[in-house]
Amino acid sequence: MVNTHTETVTVLGDLLDINIDIAGKGEPLVFLHSAGGLQWDPFLERLAEKYTVYAPYFPGTFPGKPNDIEHVEDVWDATLAYDDLLAALEIESTFLIGHSFGGLLAGELAAFKPERIRKLVLIAPIGLWHEDAPYTVADWTAKGADELPKVLFHNTDSELVKAALTPPEDEDIAAEALVQFLWTLGCTAKVIWPIPDKGLRKRIHRVSAPALVVWGENDALIPPAYARIFADSLKQAEVCMIPNCGHVPPLEQLDTLTSAVSKFLAAPAQQ
Amino acid sequence: MKISMFHLMPYRDLPAGFEKKYNSSWFTLPFPKVADANKAAQYYNWTLDELQFAAAAGFDGICTNEHHQNAYGFMVNPNMMGSVLARATRGTNTAIIQMGETAVFLNPPIRVAEEYAMLDCISEGRMVAGFPVGLGGDFAHSYGFAPMEQRGRYREAHDLITKAWQAEEVFVWNGKYYQLPMVSTWPRPVQKPHPPVWVPGNASPSTWDFVLQNNYCYCYLTYFGAKGADKTVGGYWKRAKELGRDNNPYRLGYLIPVGVAETDQAADDLYARHIEYFYHKLLHIPEALFMPPGHMTHSSLSYLITKRPLPPFDTLKKSSYRDFKNNEYLVTGSAESVTEQLLSIIKRLRVGNLMLLPQFGSMPHETTMENIDRIAKDVLPHLRQVWDDEGWENHWWPENCKQQTRQAA
Repeated sequence: MVNTHTETVTVLGDLLDINIDIAGKGEPLVFLHSAGGLQWDPFLERLAEKYTVYAPYFPGTFPGKPNDIEHVEDVWDATLAYDDLLAALEIESTFLIGHSFGGLLAGELAAFKPERIRKLVLIAPIGLWHEDAPYTVADWTAKGADELPKVLFHNTDSELVKAALTPPEDEDIAAEALVQFLWTLGCTAKVIWPIPDKGLRKRIHRVSAPALVVWGENDALIPPAYARIFADSLKQAEVCMIPNCGHVPPLEQLDTLTSAVSKFLAAPAQQ
Repeated sequence: MKISMFHLMPYRDLPAGFEKKYNSSWFTLPFPKVADANKAAQYYNWTLDELQFAAAAGFDGICTNEHHQNAYGFMVNPNMMGSVLARATRGTNTAIIQMGETAVFLNPPIRVAEEYAMLDCISEGRMVAGFPVGLGGDFAHSYGFAPMEQRGRYREAHDLITKAWQAEEVFVWNGKYYQLPMVSTWPRPVQKPHPPVWVPGNASPSTWDFVLQNNYCYCYLTYFGAKGADKTVGGYWKRAKELGRDNNPYRLGYLIPVGVAETDQAADDLYARHIEYFYHKLLHIPEALFMPPGHMTHSSLSYLITKRPLPPFDTLKKSSYRDFKNNEYLVTGSAESVTEQLLSIIKRLRVGNLMLLPQFGSMPHETTMENIDRIAKDVLPHLRQVWDDEGWENHWWPENCKQQTRQAA
């Protein structure tokens, strides 16, 4: 068990505070969470054994500070906020991992300041678009509690998935958790609604870091066809398809994911 | 007391069992698979006939509204309907209540300033300007705006429209959402400084504050009945007091389906299936699709989920006519029973601007016309005087409609 602590960093001039969980020792690694918000899960726990993990909360999604989202209008604001964050933390060079919505932001950040990113891991990222594989933000925001798990998860035998699907017993705590979850979906949706095709395709060529694109073979939310589309758009990328896995590899196939990511990050960079 | 007829204009004849094939009658229901344009043509004309008849029969106002991509009510542009009605009621004192053209669905929303001003001209100053925030699903799904922008766009659109109506000079609008280099709206409303503003809402405390701060009329439109409205409306009146507003009943509008027949039993027999069609078929929609995350402020979301002022949406599907009636989701019966029930609701909630829905669900045209006729003849006369003894002025009613009934043109 590593100790995490939360820091607050001021970005965008003095407009916005970003809250960030930090844990571990070693070289810096930034993790950008999915549309459902940041959970300090065993995947981050394992990464923190080797790296100093920096996991920012997307503005508005940190409990108790819902209105921070008012300062972020679009992907450009979000990218600059995270760029300011790295500068404030004096992180000149880092590994960067983004999951789903966080994958889009990771791609943007790596395209904006390519020299700052050592290696890029995109886990089922959104942000590109192909007519043959349509998806919209409503695919996850318009699904109720009974439907959403069906499109998020494939491997429901995983203990981590089972735990994630078990609501708190206390009704009041469950209600608070639902408020937090819905608000988080609203905040992340704000910058990508209604279709997360916001121009990354014009910028992704700027990414110079070696990249690993990870996808669950059975992802029912974001079509796995995008693994190839992302890899082909990047200068140097490999694809890792994970069997028996939906949209949430950190919960569905923790061992396989951790092993693939660790190997990729540890390998000497090819020039 | 002012009593108006509201119309949703639903698709009245959806194929049996459609809800088993499609998970929603909103946003994703394909028109060509379940509906017929010739029937839609009939519905639009029936709707206009019904509203026009209500005006002639003695309702004080007639209300149109806006929704998109659904079978529930597809009056996609209420101003098109309103302008037909304004012309058809020319020379009368019927209020043309637009509940309304939804500013945030239009870009730029200055279009609403123009259309409402035009309609106030066509109606010769008889228009009420509804300012709905708009349903989250309409905004996000039908029109592709981020749910979280809805409130901000609404407030900005409101400020822009009210300024456009009143500005003496051309102005520049540099807003967060809208930028216009030269605003010089033609025409301007007949009513000065602008038509009365009604704001429909469904229990967001943030909307109450907006309404009260601007001294508008709040119209509580709920699917959950007058029994359940006590708590919400109580919250509104409490807030009014906190913000230093009086308890003038005309600050509140309330909408309820009403069905009158010869006897209570006849009303049960006549209306049960139509209200069940309304709740089971027309409100066939997953809650998550109906309310996209982010369209409410955090405080309103938190209030709705942690304080649970409303029952879960799916309880509607499990309820029957008897449940709806017992909880005052609608009022049915003989004219005498309906009058008695409405009086109780009006007094309990302190409603000054009452809106009745005499066509709901699958009600056919003839039944609707008879219902309108019975309400106008046998119910309205007993409701009109409710607030007279308190001596309130209805500041939210067009001045031109307060004069004695003029001869129809």
